[in-house]
Amino acid sequence: MTMNREGRPTRGEATNADIATFTGNRALQIEESLIFEKDAFAETGVDFPAPASKTDRLGAMKRTAPIGLPGLSEPEAMRHFVRLSQKNYAIDMGPFPLGSCTMKHNPRLNEKMARLPGFGDIHPLQPVSTVQGALELIDTLSAWLLELTAMPAVAMSPKAGAHGELCGMMTIKAALEARGEAARTRVLAPESAHGTNPATAAQCGFTVDDIPVDETGRIDLAAFREKLRDDVAGIMVTNPNTCGLFEREIRAIADAVHEAGGYFYCDGANFNAIAGKVRPGDLGNDAMHINLHKPFSTPHGGGGPGAGPTVFSAALAPFAPIPFVVREDGKFHLVETRRAAEAEGDAQAGGRITAFHGQMGMFVRALAYMLSHGGDGIRQASEDAVLNANYILARLKAEMSPAFDGYCMHECLFDDRFLEGTGVDTLDFAKAMIDEGFHPMTMYFPLVVHGAMLIEPTESESKQELDLFCDALLDLAKKAKAGEAARFKASPMLAPRRRLDETAAARKPVLRWTQGAAPKAAE
Amino acid sequence: MRYLPLSAADRRQMLAVIGARAIDDLYADVPASALNATIDLPAHQGELEVERMMGAMAAKNRAAGAGPFFVGCGAYKHHVPASVDHIIQRSEFLTSYTPYQPEIAQGTLQYLFEFQTQVAALFGMEVANASMYDGSTGCAEAALMARRVTKRGRVVLSGALHPHYAAVTRTNSELLGDKVVQLPIDPEAREDLLAAIDGDTSCVIVQNPDVFGNLRDLTALSAACRDKGVLLVAVVTEAMSLGAVKSPGEMGADIVVGEGQSIGNGLNFGGPYVGLFATREKYMRQMPGRLCGQTVDADGKRGFVLTLSTREQHIRRDKATSNICTNSGLCALAFTAHMTLLGEKGLRRVAALNHEAASKTADALAAIKGVEVLTKSFFNEFTLRLPKNATGVVEALAADGVLGGVPGERLWPHDPAAHDLLIVAATECVTDADIGAFSKSLTKVLAQ
Repeated sequence: MTMNREGRPTRGEATNADIATFTGNRALQIEESLIFEKDAFAETGVDFPAPASKTDRLGAMKRTAPIGLPGLSEPEAMRHFVRLSQKNYAIDMGPFPLGSCTMKHNPRLNEKMARLPGFGDIHPLQPVSTVQGALELIDTLSAWLLELTAMPAVAMSPKAGAHGELCGMMTIKAALEARGEAARTRVLAPESAHGTNPATAAQCGFTVDDIPVDETGRIDLAAFREKLRDDVAGIMVTNPNTCGLFEREIRAIADAVHEAGGYFYCDGANFNAIAGKVRPGDLGNDAMHINLHKPFSTPHGGGGPGAGPTVFSAALAPFAPIPFVVREDGKFHLVETRRAAEAEGDAQAGGRITAFHGQMGMFVRALAYMLSHGGDGIRQASEDAVLNANYILARLKAEMSPAFDGYCMHECLFDDRFLEGTGVDTLDFAKAMIDEGFHPMTMYFPLVVHGAMLIEPTESESKQELDLFCDALLDLAKKAKAGEAARFKASPMLAPRRRLDETAAARKPVLRWTQGAAPKAAE
Repeated sequence: MRYLPLSAADRRQMLAVIGARAIDDLYADVPASALNATIDLPAHQGELEVERMMGAMAAKNRAAGAGPFFVGCGAYKHHVPASVDHIIQRSEFLTSYTPYQPEIAQGTLQYLFEFQTQVAALFGMEVANASMYDGSTGCAEAALMARRVTKRGRVVLSGALHPHYAAVTRTNSELLGDKVVQLPIDPEAREDLLAAIDGDTSCVIVQNPDVFGNLRDLTALSAACRDKGVLLVAVVTEAMSLGAVKSPGEMGADIVVGEGQSIGNGLNFGGPYVGLFATREKYMRQMPGRLCGQTVDADGKRGFVLTLSTREQHIRRDKATSNICTNSGLCALAFTAHMTLLGEKGLRRVAALNHEAASKTADALAAIKGVEVLTKSFFNEFTLRLPKNATGVVEALAADGVLGGVPGERLWPHDPAAHDLLIVAATECVTDADIGAFSKSLTKVLAQ
C-alpha cells in the first residue's frame, strides 16, 4: 500500500468490485425509489396561496375522489431526478454511436435561444400581428431548408421524422387522387428500410412491397424494375441508405418510378451525411422529411421531441398540408385552414396533421445551429461525419467484418461473421461495450445483414476519442476470439443494472405503480 | 468552427489511414454532377452574432408574460417551478437517446414509468403510454385505435372538440377510408351525441372541458356507447383541469387523450408539447407508441424496459399499431418533474386558483354592456358572445396591451355563427390588475 507522509493511504487496495453495501448504493450510483414509494401523497413542493373566494362553477363535475399523486419538496425532487439522471448515458459523456439515429453534440446556445421569452413564451393563437418575429423565424428556417435541398416547398408542421413520412405519403396519395389514379395503392420500399416506412405507407392505406437489396448493399435494380407496374404509387428510399451507403443508381431509380407514374419519397434520416454537399432535389426527389435533430443538432431528450419538416417537389407542392406561412407586403400571415389556402390559390392543399404550427421550440434550436455553422460549416460537418465513419471502418477492419466492401457514408456497418464460433453474439458484444464506457452501436438493424452492428460516430468526435473507441472495440473483438465468451455473456457488469429481463416484462406487463391500499386523499 | 473537434492535421492523417486522397473520394458514389452544388447561404458566425440576430426576431413578438394574458384553446400559460427547467437541462436527460440499452438508460425509463403512472392517475384510467407528439395527434391515434378494437369505420366528433383536433383526426381517419361525422359548433353544450351514433360507429370523440370551456358530464354518454359497442374517446386539452374536474375515467371513457403542455411545458408557439394517451387494461395491446414496463435484471434488482414492442413499427412494420417512433420524452420529463413538485395537494390548489381567476374574469366581463357569458359551468375557460365580430376586438385589445382570448373566427373562419364568440382563459398567472385592465380595455373597445 502506498502511504503519504502522514501515514494516510493514497491508493486503495485492489478489491472485489462485487462488494455488497448496506444501502445497495455504489458510491456515485445511488439507488432511487419511485416517487410513489416516498410516502408523500399528502405533500407538495409548491407554495400557492389558498383561493380567497369560495366560487364554484363546477357543480356535479367537481373531482372529489383521491387522485393518487405524491408531491415532493424541492430538495427531494431535485435529488430524485438528479439520481435518476446519473443512471443514463448521454452524448455529453461520451460517444453515442447509434447508427441511423445520429447522436451529435447539442449546442447550449440553441437552448438559450429557445428560452427567449419572445420564442418560448408566445401562444400559437395570439393575434398574428403580435408574433411577426416567430413567423419570420419559420420563414427563415424554411428558406434555409429549401436552399439546402433544392426543393421548392416545405411543410413545417410534422412533429418528427415518422410524422414527416406521413405528411409526404399522404401528399402523394392526394396527388394521385387528383390525377384520378387512386387505384395506385402499392408502395415499394427496400427491405433495409426503417420500420417507419412500411408502417407509414400502411397508415395511408397503401400496401407495401419489399424490394430486395443486392450484394453491394443497395437496391436491386432489376428486381425493382420488375415491380414497377401501373398500380405503383411510389417508392420510399432512404439515401444514403441504412447500410450507410449512397444509392449510386438513385437517378435511374427516380426516373424509372416517374416513368411508371409514381412518386419518389426520400426518407431523409441520413441527410446529415450530405447536407451542404449534395442537394436531394437534384436527384429526382418528390418529397423528403428532415429530422431536425440529425443535421441540425436539436436534442433528442431521451426519445423526443423531434421535428420533421418535409420538403416537396413542384409536382407535390400544391397538395402539401396546412398550415403554412406566407409573406405579403412585408408582413407574415398564417394560412390555417384548407379554405383559407384555397383563397390563397392553393385549392388542393392537404388537411391538417397536427394542432397549431409545428415544433417551434425545435425550429429555434435548428436555426441557431444553422446560423452558427453557416453554409460552409454545414458542409464541413457532413464531411467530418463521413470522414469519422470511414476512419472507424478502416481501423476496425483488422478484427471485425464489414458487411460490404468500399467506403461508407456517415455510418459503417459490420456483420457478425467475425464472431463466428466464438460463442459471442452481437448483443453480447454490444453489452460488453457498456462496461468500457461506450454506448453500443445500433444492433440487428438493418435487417438485411446478419447480426448487424451499425456505427455512426457523427462529426462531434475528436480523433483521440475515435482512437480510444476503436482500440476498445479491437480489444473486445480479440477477447471474443480468444475464447472469453463468459465475460461477454455476463456483461454489462459495471452499469447501474445488469441485463434486464425483457421477456418477463412483456409476458406480464406492469406499466404503472400500484399499491394495495388506496392512497390518502390530499386536502 | 466551435462545434467541430477535428483539426486540418487530423483530417489529413485520417484520410491517410483510410487510404483516400481527398474527402470527395469518400463521396465517389454520388453522381458527379450532383456533388458540391453551390449553396447560397451565409458563412458561419460566432455566438454573439447569432444571439443578436435571433434576439432581434424574438423581440418582435409579444411574450405572454409581458402583460395581461387570457389566451387558451389548447395551450395555457401556467407557472412552472424553476427547478423543472434545470432538471430537463441535465445533460443525461437532454442529450440521451431513446432508451434502447436499458442498463444505461434507467434514468429515462424510470421517469417514463412514473409519467405513465401519473397520467393514468390523472385521467382515472388503468394504463397510459410513454407519450405522443401532442394532444391532437393522440386524438387521431385514438380514433385509429377504436377502429382496430371495434373493426368499424365511422368516427363521430363533438361540435365542441377543438377544431384542430377534429381536423387532424379527419385527415388520419380518411386516409384509411373511414367516415368522419362532425356535429355543428356547439358553444352551449346542447348537442345530442347519442343521436349521431349508429351500429357502424367505432368511436365518439368528445372534449372536456370542451373548446368553449363547458364542463360535460360524460357518464350517460359512456353508458350508451357501451350498449352499442362504441368506444368513448375523451379529450382533455387542459391537463390542469383534472385537479378540480372529475376525470374521464370516473365517467366511463374507454380511451382518454390529452395535451400535457400545461404541466411543466411552456407555450413555445404551439410545440413541442406532450400528448397523453391512456386506456383500459383490456385494450393495452392495441395502444400506439412506446410503453415502459417494470422487470428485473440478472441480479434480481428492479429495473425498467421498453415493452410490448411487437405493437411497434420497428418490429411489426406495416402491421404496427402506428408509425410513431419518436415521442415527446423530454416534455414528458418536464410533466413528471412538475407533477412531482405539485403532488395532488399542489395540483388541487393551483386548479382552484385557476377556477377562481376565471370566475372573477367572467364576472368582471359579464358586467360590460353587450357582453354575454355563454358558459355556465366551466374550469378556467369560458366563451363570450360579443355585439360584434371578435377578431377586430382582439386586435384592438392587443393594441391596448391586452391579449384577450381567441376569437371564434380564428378557429372557425368559415362559420359565421362563431364570429361573435370570444374564448377567454384565465390561469393562476392572471392577477386582479390583469382582470381590471382587460375589463377596462374591453369596455373601451366595445364602446368604439
